[in-house]
Amino acid sequence: MALTEQTRADAAELAGRYPQSRSALLPMLHLVQSAEGTVTPDGIALCADVLGLTNAEVAAVATFYTMYKRHKVGRYHVGVCTNTLCAVLGGDAIWAALSTRLGVGHDEVTADGSISLERIECQAACTHAPVMTANWEFLDDMDVPRALEVVERLQSGEAVFSTRGPRIGTFEEIERSLAGFDDGLAGEGGGGKDSRMLAGLTFAKAHSMSAPEAPAQSPLVTAAKKTEA
Amino acid sequence: MPLTPILTAHWDDEDSHTIEGYRRHGGYDMVPVSFGVHPDEVIALVKASGLRGRGGAGFPTGMKWGFVPQNDGKPHYLVVNADESEPGACKDIPLMLANPHALVEGCIHAAYAIRANHAFIYIRGEVPHAIRRVAAAVREAYSAGFLGTDILGSGFDLDIVVHSGAGAYICGEETALLDSLEGRRGQPRLKPPFPAIAGLYASPTVINNVETIANIPTIVRNGADWFKQFGTEKSPGFKLFAVSGHVERPGIYEAPLGTTMRELLDYAGGVREGHELKFWIPGGSSVPMLLPEHLDTPLTYEDMASLGTMLGTGTPMVFDETTSVVRAISRWIHFYKHESCGKCTPCREGTFWLDQLLDRFERGTAAETDIEKVDDICKQIAGRSFCALGDAAATPYAPALKYFREEFLAGTHTPADELFDPVAATVFAGAAAR
Ligand SMILES: Cc1cc2nc3c(=O)[nH]c(=O)nc-3n(C[C@H](O)[C@H](O)[C@H](O)COP(=O)(O)O)c2cc1C
Ligand code: SF4
Ligand code: FES
Repeated sequence: MALTEQTRADAAELAGRYPQSRSALLPMLHLVQSAEGTVTPDGIALCADVLGLTNAEVAAVATFYTMYKRHKVGRYHVGVCTNTLCAVLGGDAIWAALSTRLGVGHDEVTADGSISLERIECQAACTHAPVMTANWEFLDDMDVPRALEVVERLQSGEAVFSTRGPRIGTFEEIERSLAGFDDGLAGEGGGGKDSRMLAGLTFAKAHSMSAPEAPAQSPLVTAAKKTEA
Repeated sequence: MPLTPILTAHWDDEDSHTIEGYRRHGGYDMVPVSFGVHPDEVIALVKASGLRGRGGAGFPTGMKWGFVPQNDGKPHYLVVNADESEPGACKDIPLMLANPHALVEGCIHAAYAIRANHAFIYIRGEVPHAIRRVAAAVREAYSAGFLGTDILGSGFDLDIVVHSGAGAYICGEETALLDSLEGRRGQPRLKPPFPAIAGLYASPTVINNVETIANIPTIVRNGADWFKQFGTEKSPGFKLFAVSGHVERPGIYEAPLGTTMRELLDYAGGVREGHELKFWIPGGSSVPMLLPEHLDTPLTYEDMASLGTMLGTGTPMVFDETTSVVRAISRWIHFYKHESCGKCTPCREGTFWLDQLLDRFERGTAAETDIEKVDDICKQIAGRSFCALGDAAATPYAPALKYFREEFLAGTHTPADELFDPVAATVFAGAAAR
């Protein structure tokens, strides 16, 4: 893939979404990354051109954020959370197993280009530890055998579904979605049907616990009436 | 105290994330109600409710909104902080997955109150599905006429932009978030001026956490007195407690503030079978740890402060006796080093040295003098850093040393993973043995 006139048009559209166009820079870097798989000098130049910035200004931003990659990641960029909670609950073991099986370390790509590995920080999913991601989609409650199975399936091109989301797309597809272009997948992965997310609600229902009764009317309705009178 | 599902009440509906699912339970019904009163009355209501920000610091929300100058001729902005990246915090992302419309509706009330015609929801980049859900909710709200120009014939206009970050914990700090949202490196700004006076594009800006804003529709619907009947005078209302770690049923538990950790543990099925509690952290790695003896202290801002810790994000992490404290602290310190934005020397250099020293303890190669050295460095960072990330980096060590000094002493001769078998601490330890 490469940067095209469409990329430029999409970038201009992003710039138009903000009161000040420079605010579109982060989404725009996701966009050029979706077109080229990484943030290249050409991608930086495109952003700079659309926003009227220098290449250096754009590069200074791009290098600050870990999600912008300066060299190609795999078709599936796999993250293993090794922040404390996940690490202790099994993330370190999962990391070691994947790294050994794939023969790559942190920030490295398999020879066939299918998988890259990253030690990632807390993904705001600690209730689902140990947590893994593939192209940033959640793979919750992992263990070593399942983690190995996931990468095997990804490598062989079989479908892998996020535990709380859609079928995992390619890195380029996810990056385009992050740039702010709808991929139509918002409905995938069910409502809140996840036992961890529903843990409290389930317990409350089983034990007849509920929030206090709501008043008949909003106090603001009364306030509005007073103003009218 | 009993569980009180409010924000989570309908998460078990298959369509809880859609506008139909949200409207079925009265969603958006309160929008015309807020529009029916003067914006100041909405601010007054939120002030009266006593709602405190759920992003960690617990700042009173109504007061923050009240700081925004009126009739200043400048555009005002509402920015939702959905950067949730604090280790242990995992409540905002689930909320956005399951109930994104509560956030969107909350934005409408909040923006109306502070006279903002533009709102931004800044979501960390690593959660594409939460971003999709919120973006879809925003689109649905436009289609239904709750966003856009002259909403419901009120004359009030509001546009919401969903914005993804790109992987930087520091962008959760509100002024760094603003710089990031302006298309720059996310580095904190000097305060004052505070964002309420000069925030996004140097205009008055309110920055609130996802859960804070999602609370607003309920407060508008049920009123301040209803909200205040739970919690304490200083910590009114309800909270999404996300309990993680060595418990039988980790997950989201919505309960009044003032609920104790013992009660939450009970709901979560207790510490996993055959094990006992070693230490716990009430709200993210940036707040000091507590012990089993603290389980009966109410989880409120003021009670946690009385124990020398903080409620923080209200997302307790639970660790049992299989956990090496040294390994836990070492990993958190590594996180802060990784996430230090580099703007100020105490944090940039201090976290670098802390990381090296903690690594020595973990490997069992530390010198006894390193125990004091680490403490010294922490003191050089705390209170001397440009933003709260530096303070946070200096926080975990002192309480860990106070409660578990012997483990740090052991770190002068024995590696942590010899003292504590890492396999025993994993959730699949039992399965491996079978
Ligand atoms: C390093 C750092 C990271 C933070 N991360 C977040 C975050 O991810 N989400 C959040 O709401 N607040 C975060 N905060 C707190 C914000 O600066 C701010 O206080 C909060 O968003 C205000 O919202 P509230 O008043 O509704 O709590 C962070 C603060 C610091 C210092
Ligand atoms: S304390 Fe750390 S994160 Fe905060 S400004 Fe200084 S270097 Fe950056
Ligand atoms: S520590 Fe891994 S998701 Fe929070």
